[in-house]
Amino acid sequence: MDQPFERSKRFRSRACHANIHISIEKVIRMSQMKATRDAYGEALVELGRQNPDIVVLDADLSSSTRTSAFAQEFPERFFNVGIAEANMMGIAAGLAHSGKIPFASTFAVFAAGRAYDQVRQSIAYPRFNVKIAASHAGITVGEDGATHQALEDIALMRALPGMTVLVPSDARQTRLAVMAAASHDGPVYIRLGRAKVPQVYPEDAGFQIGKGLVLWPEPEVPGQFNAVLEEGRVFDMAFVACGITVAPALEAARALEKEGIPCLVAEMASVKPIDEDLLVKIAKRSKAIVTCEEHSVIGGLGSAVCEVTARNHPVPVAILGINDEFGESGSAEALIKHYGLTSEHYCEVARKIVSGRQ
Amino acid sequence: MQNPGNKESLIRFIEQKAREIRIDIVKMTAKAGSGHPGGSLSAADIVATLYFGEVLRVKPDEPDWPDRDRFVLSKGHAAPVLYSALAGRGFFPADWLDTLRQLGSPLQGHPDCKKVPGVEVSTGSLGQGLSMAVGMALAGRLDQKDYNVWVLLGDGECQEGQIWEAAMAASHYKLDNLIAIVDHNGLQIDGRVRDVMSIDPIDDKFRAFGWHVFRVDGHRVDILLDVFQQALDIKGKPAVVVADTVKGKGVSFMEGEKDWHGKAPNPGQLEEALKQLQAV
Repeated sequence: MDQPFERSKRFRSRACHANIHISIEKVIRMSQMKATRDAYGEALVELGRQNPDIVVLDADLSSSTRTSAFAQEFPERFFNVGIAEANMMGIAAGLAHSGKIPFASTFAVFAAGRAYDQVRQSIAYPRFNVKIAASHAGITVGEDGATHQALEDIALMRALPGMTVLVPSDARQTRLAVMAAASHDGPVYIRLGRAKVPQVYPEDAGFQIGKGLVLWPEPEVPGQFNAVLEEGRVFDMAFVACGITVAPALEAARALEKEGIPCLVAEMASVKPIDEDLLVKIAKRSKAIVTCEEHSVIGGLGSAVCEVTARNHPVPVAILGINDEFGESGSAEALIKHYGLTSEHYCEVARKIVSGRQ
Repeated sequence: MQNPGNKESLIRFIEQKAREIRIDIVKMTAKAGSGHPGGSLSAADIVATLYFGEVLRVKPDEPDWPDRDRFVLSKGHAAPVLYSALAGRGFFPADWLDTLRQLGSPLQGHPDCKKVPGVEVSTGSLGQGLSMAVGMALAGRLDQKDYNVWVLLGDGECQEGQIWEAAMAASHYKLDNLIAIVDHNGLQIDGRVRDVMSIDPIDDKFRAFGWHVFRVDGHRVDILLDVFQQALDIKGKPAVVVADTVKGKGVSFMEGEKDWHGKAPNPGQLEEALKQLQAV
């Protein structure tokens, strides 16, 4: 499993006082926290060194989207188009048309919202090889409020034919997703966040577009993440999560296990194409599914999961996200609590479903 | 571009090709029963000069030739004018033209670059072609290629804000490998451009955005040939040719009539249009 939890286990055995253990675990996890946008900025530089055809565009937010590091190292391959997102998408399309691999970055609300028609007409329809890396997605934009909190971008991008939609859960997975996007021939939307998040993606896991990963229960054979579904076990609850909600989903699963509710957690960063095989297996082995995302409950991961289960193996699904409303200002932490993107809320929902069944 | 002795014959050749394009336009739209003859006819001399006047360096048998000049039809509704020119240059069989707008045809109502050899980008949602052309011009510079990027805009299209975002970027990046042409026919769906939402003074606007501006008669092939060469010679900034045209040019009852923006001729109107075009 991932590093912080491994380490916390070691500390747990030595700690003679529960409070000491909690504070140490918290400190370690805080030190491991990193925003996905930071990992994106680093991955871009890595890519830029590998491939001279990588070019990067930004719309006056390079310090926020972290494309500034690439700009510094490769100024001739960086285009800051100013506050003109529609034009940025069009220029990216033209660059891709003539052989470049453009990464176009701005906030998700502008990338998917303001420039939707340019993404549709100039990028998705001709299937140009443009990577749209959209940062500051969801409510964890925080204090800037609803105007800057994209809660419908997954729905918009997912509905575009040929568009790949990736929502990585942490820094490590972001790096892998950015690399995978660069190797993929076709348009990709990568959803990134502003807030620092804990590491949850296993060190020994690779990343493949179209594949999900069972993160809990932990694999008995290292690296065999999805093998647990072949064992004939049945779970009371399966959490399917993407982005920043993978961490609280894992916490919820651990807590519920202690209460005697066997759970499974799968991460589904590849929202499109979605891992149908894995989802059908999960549906067959679980009494219910809870989907978790930092997005509207309409059109996002929850909808994608339901589209698969409804076709193949209907099972009760609770879709947790933002309930068809705009966000508001507040600290990221306060908003996460307010909208219930917490392990406590996930546990509560899971308990209700399980007890309602008995 | 060509020696003076041949210029007269080249001009006559282009004019003949423009006539053939106009005939294709009215035939195609009549057969399809829909489409945009007005803005296709207004651009016929411009497109004929580009494709048949040795202006665009393209290889019909190698449409993806990396060093080719790019032509972006930003006013994508004028697809018939482009389709006819591409067929005339041999990018695809001429009998495709009979299938315009039919289910299964590569010739979509607005150009689809995935389906038609020689169509560089898919256009139709107005305002987007100039940004894509800027991207192509930047890519050419990065790769140290000497291709040029040509983009044809509608005058009504210049009401789209994205045109001016792209115009700003083109001069910011000093893209002298980018040439825009405005098919300035003065009409849009709802009426005269100056009544719906004036873009005047269009020359001064482009000039203020850092472009070198030419203003010419968009139906004079000899002038277009010269001005395109002059536009290529402008260094350090992008150039725009504002070409004054007549919507529906070549068919008397379509000329200057906004209603022919997006309406196909019926069989009687087709007959009359062909009579006029073939008599020239």
